[in-house]
Amino acid sequence: MIGADVSVPAVIPSAPARAVRRDRRVLSGAAYVTPTALMVGVFFLVPLGLMLWMSVHDWPLLGPSTFNAPRNYTGIVDNALFIDAVWFTVEYTLIISVLLFAAAFGLALLVQQRRPGIAFFRTAFFLPGAVGFAAASLLFYGLLSRDLGPLNPILSSLGIIDKPVSWVSGSPGLALGSSVGLVLWRFTGVNMLILLTGLQAIPTDLYEAAKMDGAGRWQQFWSITLPLLRPTIALVLILITTGSLLAFDQFFILTNGGPDNSTTSIVMVIFREAFTRFDLGSAAAISVILLLALLVINMLQLRVMRRQSH
Amino acid sequence: MAIGKLVSRSSYYTTLSALAILFLFPLVWAAWAAVKPTPGSGQQLGYGIGNFIKLARYGQGLPTYVLNSVQVAALTVTGTLTVATLGGYAFARFRFPGRNLIFLATLAILMVPYPTLLIPLYVLLGWLGLQNSLLGLALVFTLFQLPFAVFIMRNSFEAVPTELDEAAMVDGCNSFAVLTRILLHAVRPGLITIGLFAFLASWNDFIGPLILISSPDKIPLPVAVVNMQQQVFGSIDYAALEAGVTLLALPCVVLFLILQRGYVQGFMSGSLHG
Repeated sequence: MIGADVSVPAVIPSAPARAVRRDRRVLSGAAYVTPTALMVGVFFLVPLGLMLWMSVHDWPLLGPSTFNAPRNYTGIVDNALFIDAVWFTVEYTLIISVLLFAAAFGLALLVQQRRPGIAFFRTAFFLPGAVGFAAASLLFYGLLSRDLGPLNPILSSLGIIDKPVSWVSGSPGLALGSSVGLVLWRFTGVNMLILLTGLQAIPTDLYEAAKMDGAGRWQQFWSITLPLLRPTIALVLILITTGSLLAFDQFFILTNGGPDNSTTSIVMVIFREAFTRFDLGSAAAISVILLLALLVINMLQLRVMRRQSH
Repeated sequence: MAIGKLVSRSSYYTTLSALAILFLFPLVWAAWAAVKPTPGSGQQLGYGIGNFIKLARYGQGLPTYVLNSVQVAALTVTGTLTVATLGGYAFARFRFPGRNLIFLATLAILMVPYPTLLIPLYVLLGWLGLQNSLLGLALVFTLFQLPFAVFIMRNSFEAVPTELDEAAMVDGCNSFAVLTRILLHAVRPGLITIGLFAFLASWNDFIGPLILISSPDKIPLPVAVVNMQQQVFGSIDYAALEAGVTLLALPCVVLFLILQRGYVQGFMSGSLHG
């Protein structure tokens, strides 16, 4: 995993001089890594421990905290909003995983070959990815609105709808569909780019050899592209599922969790526990559960992908 | 045969063009909606910047929010470049105790998603006197850039032949001079990539400042525009909203288009070496 030891001097000095040099290299290395280690220690490992500590305490937004284990955890089961949010988030994750992966993979295959003008199309597909997700959510909030949005006029002039539709708040299905549309627009290009780097890392002579053996395009896809792309596909699927299980911006901004809390995600519940109900302990406990769930899911994904490659 | 090829090629380009329109349309629409005449908005007659002027007077005034965003972005980019360059250099070129452990701990940040860590970070920053502070926010942003940035920088340094270092050392350079005088030029694509990512992350992040920043004069631009969307009584001024979206999106799109070449290069070298 780590590269070879490169502290080999150009000229071979005597043994003691070499030892001094090696010690100095150790000290320099330790000095260069110190900022990274400090950042990781103070802003990652300490909060990680603090999260566990908070999750076993009654921890109000203001005022002293008291030990109350395991009440923050047992309380989660009775939290109806949380249970609904889990189901909704899982449903949303399944939908997004299928649609987003299919769209990104399709686009990557479409723009894989070097052809005239292909750089323009790659850039066009990726460009929404340069826009921040909060800004994209606000953009769609206007795009889908009944007041200013162009969608209703376009669809009614085509005769698809006969009266204006409230896309983001009309019904739970419409609100979910709007969010899915937003996420597809914003993230297809990013995932396309990752898959594209994987596709381009496959040696072209493999395809040429297969062609000489008389393999058709479809056969090449199944026997070369898919197996060699497996690590990249695993990465993209893990990124997509993790991102979806942590969904926040699209629902906080675009649908505001509605209508009737139907699009309230798990992270939105954490936010509400902390800053609407002022219960940081409960928010920390939900964070711990979410974190463990994500670790388990990612490991299962890795294991499944690895087993298939044997 | 030739006609068949022509048909398939033109249908290929037709498909791509239709898709490109689908992807570009929302961006073009947002910019157009921000400047076109809309009854009841800041831009009633003809095209113009009325919505931006209206937006500029919102809340604490637009310059405050833009300045907050610029400050956080500058701190995040500087922090990420400094920490990740030194860290990547250390991991690629030196052996020291705890090297693998620190590298794994840095990568482990990827496994702990940002939103789950924000609640304890909120409390921790309070203890450090960095709650409601742009510096605290930038430190949190920098931390979450580190796994990607350190990984990219380590790979970038490893891709440079060590003969370059050795030649410089024979000429009397110490390891810091080797880094600043020679290696930094060689890893420029990597620096551009991680700098761009750090800028985009800090300029665009929403949930971080939403939780970590409380006073209205310190919130960055995305939170300010969302506040405008959610706090207006009665009807929402969609045109002013799209002016805000345009303002948020424009620097990212322009920067991406300018740096595209270096960015894609760095991105590819990073993912291929892994």
